[in-house]
Amino acid sequence: MVQISAWKRIVIVGLILLGLLYAMPNLFYQRVESHNDAVVAAERAGFETPEQAAARSLWPGWLPSSLVSLGLDLRGGAHLLGEVNTAEVYASRMTALWPELRDALAESRDVIGPVRRVKGPADQLLVEIGNPDQMARAVEIARKLAAPVTSLTGAGASTLDITAQGSTLVVQLSAAEKAATDDRTIQQSLEIVRRRVDEVGTREPTIQRQGKDRILIQVPGIGSAEELKALIGTTAKLTFNPVIGRGTDPNASPGLGNIVVPAMDEPGVYYTLAEAPVVTGEDLTDARPSFDQNGAPAVDFRFGPQGARRFGAYTSANVGQPFAIVLDNQVISAPVIRQAITTGSGQISGAMDVAESNQLAVLLRAGALPAEMTFLEERTIGPELGQDSIDAGRKSAMIATVLVVGYMIASYGLFGVFASVAVITNVILILSIMSAMGATLTLPGIAGIVLTVGTAVDANVIIYERIREELRAGKTVVKAINDGFGEAMSAIIDANLTTFIAALVMFFLGSGPVKGFAVTLTIGLITSVFTAIYFTRLMIVMWLEWRKPKTLIL
Amino acid sequence: MAFRLKLVPDETHIDFFRWRWLTNGVSIVAMIVSVIFIVTMGLNFGIDFKGGTTIRTESSNAFEVAEYREALSGLNLSDLSITEVFDPGFGPDRHVAQIRIGTENETGSVTPEELNRIESALKVVDPQVTFASVESVGPKVSGELIKTALYAVGAATIGILLYIWLRFEWQFAVGAVVALIHDVLLTVGIFAAFQIRFDLSTIAALLTILGYSVNDTVVVFDRLRENLVKFKTMPLIDVMNLTVNETLSRTVMTGVTTALALGAMLIWGGDVIRGFVFAMFWGVGVGIYSTVYLAKNIVLSLGVRRDWDKPVRGEKKELDELSGTPFQDAP
Repeated sequence: MVQISAWKRIVIVGLILLGLLYAMPNLFYQRVESHNDAVVAAERAGFETPEQAAARSLWPGWLPSSLVSLGLDLRGGAHLLGEVNTAEVYASRMTALWPELRDALAESRDVIGPVRRVKGPADQLLVEIGNPDQMARAVEIARKLAAPVTSLTGAGASTLDITAQGSTLVVQLSAAEKAATDDRTIQQSLEIVRRRVDEVGTREPTIQRQGKDRILIQVPGIGSAEELKALIGTTAKLTFNPVIGRGTDPNASPGLGNIVVPAMDEPGVYYTLAEAPVVTGEDLTDARPSFDQNGAPAVDFRFGPQGARRFGAYTSANVGQPFAIVLDNQVISAPVIRQAITTGSGQISGAMDVAESNQLAVLLRAGALPAEMTFLEERTIGPELGQDSIDAGRKSAMIATVLVVGYMIASYGLFGVFASVAVITNVILILSIMSAMGATLTLPGIAGIVLTVGTAVDANVIIYERIREELRAGKTVVKAINDGFGEAMSAIIDANLTTFIAALVMFFLGSGPVKGFAVTLTIGLITSVFTAIYFTRLMIVMWLEWRKPKTLIL
Repeated sequence: MAFRLKLVPDETHIDFFRWRWLTNGVSIVAMIVSVIFIVTMGLNFGIDFKGGTTIRTESSNAFEVAEYREALSGLNLSDLSITEVFDPGFGPDRHVAQIRIGTENETGSVTPEELNRIESALKVVDPQVTFASVESVGPKVSGELIKTALYAVGAATIGILLYIWLRFEWQFAVGAVVALIHDVLLTVGIFAAFQIRFDLSTIAALLTILGYSVNDTVVVFDRLRENLVKFKTMPLIDVMNLTVNETLSRTVMTGVTTALALGAMLIWGGDVIRGFVFAMFWGVGVGIYSTVYLAKNIVLSLGVRRDWDKPVRGEKKELDELSGTPFQDAP
């Protein structure tokens, strides 16, 4: 225990120096942060502005530049937990399936008789068959529309579940297809949320799937959760539908295949529209905020080639007819087609201000959410509160360190100094590992570091107490130190492993700040064992070699 | 001789079991009282577990809680509670309040309109007021969070139980876990007694207490195991007393350094985290007590098999058992 080979010494000292190097950027937080931002921005844009070059030169590129990222509770920002209503997609799949099924059944009309859709649950397609005794034939036709499920787990299963109930054909998505659809819906939602948040261009947003159908969104620096909700909570489903009629009765019976949609700007006005849209927001390739001919804010959009063709064909066949621009189940406007629109571009105008037209353009560009999202948890933390927490955390961490160091030195003298150096090194190592890992520091995380300052000396205390005992038993200095380290080892390992179990549980079951605490606690455990066992020992051994003490007062 | 601060003399011969009936009794009474507090007063659950909205307001003007309540009374908010927050770090021109509103809808959130109405209503009585943070949690999530929290404490306890069982003997595991339950109960109990807000971070504190309390217990057990091998014929109670006396200095040292660190955080760490730090501070103190008294009392009453199987003596042990001769004391 008192012999440490040269290469081990080099490794120990090297690791600590490496830790110092990686922790250093955190001392110059603002500088390094603007350096990093400039590098990222320049990379994105493909060129560098003079301001970015100036910001970049604030920190030399060859030094490590990763920082401990600060949690929302320290930096301020918004946190949302959204739940995606995945079942909504089943209904739209059924609506989309109806025309196809109707045409397929109509081909065999002479056998199965006339068919019509009847009302039922949204995720089922109920079709009444004219000749119920030919149901088997109808089921067979419907089955042809099904396809094998394309997912790893659902392989082999069919997409549709087709059954007969009396004279009614019941079509719905199979369980395997529902699962596959859910997964796709979440993936799409994640992607679209990410695109929308990226459009706003804030730093380091967190967008994660949580559990089966939830999405966690954390955006530092944004003013409030409401702002974020407006950005990502809007479905932004844009469609262009043929107009059937216009009235004031919201409960008017629209007829099958049609829907009644309220107007956005004219209260009390309801449009009857064909449910199947001519083109949808998915056909858009671009959307930009602009102004209409009267100088009011508007959004210019452009279709891709396919959408442009369909839109051109429809408008040339329906000159003089109105069509409706529908956004999230509200008619934004219903202009009359004056001439065929074959350019594939158009403009949405209506009652909006500049900010709203900006936001609408962002939403249209990013695409529509496949299903609605409800928010289960929202948190807004102001930046001042975060700064206060950082200041308080820093202050208490410093006071705690001074107190612990003072107490250790008063209790163990020179060996207390060794332990204190180890404890301070330990804090630096925690910061450097967190920076290198890109782990997030939260307010409970700061408390975790402070707690580590108190407990990290524990390993040293166990060792020193043991050395004291060995000295009292009359052993020589070298022998006492040797045995002290040796005998204390199993207690240190056991003690830290139990804390590690608790930290592990917190990490896997916890969320947000609790997880942040678990991360700091775990890193702190590892580094404190390293500093207590290796670093302190190295210091003591070097002192032994230097002074060769005959007696030791501990 | 150089000065050394020693809170515990070099050698102590305290009989920690002499007052066994008293320390056991104190623990049992404290646990019962905690349960009574928890059952009768209930816990002051934060929005993490209960759902609802909290708003933290800050203002440079002094205000009266009653004023705020008056201002908000017309808004028809359900389950409204307003508390003033104090912190030594605030200074004379900083006044903070915590406004809590119960859940009203699925998502547990107040609508932006409602938030605006609350803000303008407060601005009437106090034009300087600003919202430092607004947090809402829906009932769906809060229900799940309670479940997860209970799982977490349960899983950590079982994990620790298994570990100690593997490393030591089952009696040690039982002793450690009873000590753990004692520490957790007493901590939850004080949260009920003083109606301190109990939220997700409190659970993190409880888990830390679990880890810390066991850490302490394990160090003593480790020494106990060593001494049981060393002093084979000494009665168990004496070996245990010797062990606690030997480790007392370390227990106190580490207790003090932890208390110093947490104490600094408790005083200067700010009000946002005070509940969390308080839970740890209290739990660590209770943990030291339960290590020194409770865990050992239980091991003592359960008894320990003394024929420790040291791997080096493995073969000899078998022979001994066959011939029926007792072990000899280690020199």
